[in-house]
Amino acid sequence: MILVNEREIPWRKGMTIQTLLDECGYTFRMIAVWIDGTPYRSDQFEKVCIEDGADVQVLHMICGG
Amino acid sequence: MEEMRLLAEWKYEPKKLYRGYSKEFLSVDLGREDGAFSCDVHPVSEDMIEKFTGGRGFGLKILWDKVTPRSKWDDPENALVISGGPICGITQYPGTGKTYTVFLSPLTGQTYNSNAGGYFGPFLKASGFDALSVSGKASENVVLFIDGDEGMVRLFAWEPADRNSYTVTEALHDHFAENEEDKRNISVVSSGEAAEHSWWGALNFSFYDPRRGLPRLKQAGRGGGGTVLRDKKILALVVKKRNFSGTENNPADLSVLQKVGTKLHREIRQNDDVQSLMRKIGTAHLNLIMNDYDILPVNNFKFGRHEDIMKIDPVRYGFTQGYADGCWYGCSLACAKAVDEFELLTGPCRGQKVTVDGPEYETAASLGPNVGIFDPLWTIEANFYADHYALDTISLGTGLAFVCECYELGLITKEHTNGLELNFGAKDDLLELIHRMMDGRDDFANVVSQGIRRMKTLFAGKYGADREIMEQIGMEGQGLEVSQYRCQESMAQWGGYFLTLKGPQHDEAWLIFMDMVNKQLPTFEDKAEALFYFPNFRLWFSLVGVCKLPWNDVEPSDNRIRYKGIEAAKVPEHVQNYLEIYEAVTGKPLSREEMILQSERVYNYERIFNLRMGKGTRQYHNIPDRALGPVFPDEWEVRSEYFDGKLKEAGHDPEGLAVEEKISLLQAHRRREWEKLVDAVYERRGWTPEGIPTIETVKRLGIDYPEVLDVLERRG
Repeated sequence: MILVNEREIPWRKGMTIQTLLDECGYTFRMIAVWIDGTPYRSDQFEKVCIEDGADVQVLHMICGG
Repeated sequence: MEEMRLLAEWKYEPKKLYRGYSKEFLSVDLGREDGAFSCDVHPVSEDMIEKFTGGRGFGLKILWDKVTPRSKWDDPENALVISGGPICGITQYPGTGKTYTVFLSPLTGQTYNSNAGGYFGPFLKASGFDALSVSGKASENVVLFIDGDEGMVRLFAWEPADRNSYTVTEALHDHFAENEEDKRNISVVSSGEAAEHSWWGALNFSFYDPRRGLPRLKQAGRGGGGTVLRDKKILALVVKKRNFSGTENNPADLSVLQKVGTKLHREIRQNDDVQSLMRKIGTAHLNLIMNDYDILPVNNFKFGRHEDIMKIDPVRYGFTQGYADGCWYGCSLACAKAVDEFELLTGPCRGQKVTVDGPEYETAASLGPNVGIFDPLWTIEANFYADHYALDTISLGTGLAFVCECYELGLITKEHTNGLELNFGAKDDLLELIHRMMDGRDDFANVVSQGIRRMKTLFAGKYGADREIMEQIGMEGQGLEVSQYRCQESMAQWGGYFLTLKGPQHDEAWLIFMDMVNKQLPTFEDKAEALFYFPNFRLWFSLVGVCKLPWNDVEPSDNRIRYKGIEAAKVPEHVQNYLEIYEAVTGKPLSREEMILQSERVYNYERIFNLRMGKGTRQYHNIPDRALGPVFPDEWEVRSEYFDGKLKEAGHDPEGLAVEEKISLLQAHRRREWEKLVDAVYERRGWTPEGIPTIETVKRLGIDYPEVLDVLERRG
C-alpha cells in the first residue's frame, strides 16, 4: 500500500509517478508531487518508481478560479 | 448612425499621473430626470490612498458617501464607480489593465464589485482621473464622453434603433475616432437591451482589435452593473486618450517594472504551453479538467461530470482561433479568445457572420453542461447574444439551469413559460427564452431574468410552485447565482462561495483542489485560515488594478519544488513581483503582511457597508442544500459508494437505509459542519458570531471612522 493524499492506494512493482497520476484520474497539468518529503519535477514523473509504503502528496497547484 | 445631440459639456484640466495616481476623481450626476446635470472634479486625499489604496477601495469609499442606508439600487443616488488602481495601466507587467466597478446591486441589495479588462480603466487614468463616479438618472438615453486629450467631458442624447452592446460599441468607436488608427484610442463601457428588464445586466468594456478591425468586449458581467447603467438611461461611457505610453503612470522606478515584467514574460513563454495553456486555449480548457474531478456543473449542479464531455473539447471545437489575444497592452499571457466568422442561426442577427468574444470557462460551463447542453455551436451562439443583450453569462446559465430543473420537476409548466418546453438540453427553447429576455415583453422571461431569488418568490406566489424544493435546489447565495464550480465535496469552498462579501463568485477564494483533492485543509482552523488569507490576498488585485491569472495560472518552473504545501500554492515569487511593482509604481515599500492589511481594511469596510445597508450579518450567509450535497436520489445513486462512505465518516451506517434517509442524514450532518465552519471563519476574520467586525478589528485596521463606528454601535 501507498498513501496518496491520505488515501490508501494498492502498490505494485514498477508503479511510476505518472502511472499513479493516471490511475487516480489526476489530469490537471500543474501538479506537484512529493514522495516522503522529496519533491519531483514533472520531467521525472515517467521515470521515478514509487516504493511500497511511500507517503505521496499530489498537490494541484491552483487555488483560484 | 443616428445623430447625437449635445446636452452639456464641461472643461477640466487633465492632471498628470504621479506614481500611479492623479489624486482626483470625476463625479458626474445626471440629475433626477430633470436635466440638472452636474460634473465635478474632487480631490483624493492622502488618507483615502492610505486606507483604500485604489480600485475597488476607492469605489467603496465614494459609493458610501453617495448613498444612504435606505438607498436602493434604482435610486438616483446609487452610483457606478469605476476605478483601476495605482498599478492599472502599466504595460511592462502582464495583466495590468483591470478595472473595477462598484455599485449597489439589484440582485443582492448591497455593494457589488465587478471587474473587466479592456482599455477603459487605463485610459480613464491617463485622462486624469483615479475614478469615475456616475450617479443620478437622465430622462432620455445619454452617452457620457471623456476626452482626455482636450480635457472635455461631454454629455450627449442619443437614440439608436439598436441599443445592444456590439452595435452601440462599434458605432461609438466609429463616431469618436478620426480614422481607423484612432479607434484604438477609445474605450466604451456599454450594456444592452436585456439590461433594461433584467437584473443580470452586464457591463461590456471594449478594446479595439486592429487585426480583426473591430471592437472586442470584456465583461464586468456579474451583479447587475449593466442594469444600473441602463436604469440611469446611460447607453455608454466613452473615454478617449491618444498617444498612450507605457510610462503614463509616471512610476517611481521604471527599471524595476521592466526587470520584473521581463522575468514574467520569459516565464510565460517557457511555461504556459506545459501548464495552463492560456495563450493557446484560454480558460475554456478547464471544462475537461473540471469534468475529471467531478466539479463541472451538470444539470443545475446535480452532477459533476458527463459522458458527452468530449463533445465540448475546446481544442477540437474551435472556442479559439489560436491567436494569443491580450485585452491590455503588454499582457503576454493573452487569454482573451474569440470565435471569428461565426454565422448566427437565430435572433435579430440571424444569418450574420460575427466575431464572438470567448467563451471562457464560466460561459462554456454555464451555457453548456449546466443546462444539459453539450453543443459548442449552441454555446457560442448563446454567448454572443448574452454579450450583445448584456446578460451576465454566469447568472444566466445558473438561472436557466434552475428553470430547467423546476420545469422537469413540474413546479412550472408550459402554461407558465408561455409555451416553451424548458427541459435540460432544450436548445431551441432555451435560446428563445434568452431572446425574450432582451425583448422585455414576455412576463415569464422577465421573471426569470430577475434572478433565482426572485424566481423562487414569484414561482411560488404566481404559479404555486413548492418553495421548499426551490430553496433546496436554487443555487444562489445572498441573491447572486453561483458560478460554475460544483462545491459540495469541498467544505472550504462552501465558505469560498457562501461566506463572501458579495455572494458566490469565485474571485474571493477557490479552494476546491487544496481542500478536496490535496487534503491540505484538514481542520476547521485550517479552512478558516485559508478563508482569511486567500480572500484578502485576492482582494488586493482589485485595489491596484491587476488580473488574477498571471498570479497562479502560470508559475515559476521550480515553484512546486522550492516551496512546500500551501506556501507553494501562494506562488511566493509572484507575490514578491507584486510587492516590487507596487513599490516601483508608487514609491512606497510594501511587505507581504502590509499587502494583506491593505486588503483587510477594505474587506471589513465593505462588510460594514453591507451592514449599513441592512445586510451583512450571519443570516445573509445562506447556503442551499444542493451546495452541501445530494438532494434527490439520482444524485446519490450516481456515486452511491462514495456517498455511503461519506455517511459512514459522519457516523451513520448506510446499510438498510433508503436513499432518501441517507440524503437526509448527510444533509443534516453537513449543515452542522457548515455552522461550525461559519463560527471558525468569523473568529479568524475578527468578527462576532453574528458576522459583524468587532470594534477592536476596525480600530486595528485604522478604519474606525465616526460613520463606521456609528454603524457598528447601532447594531449593538
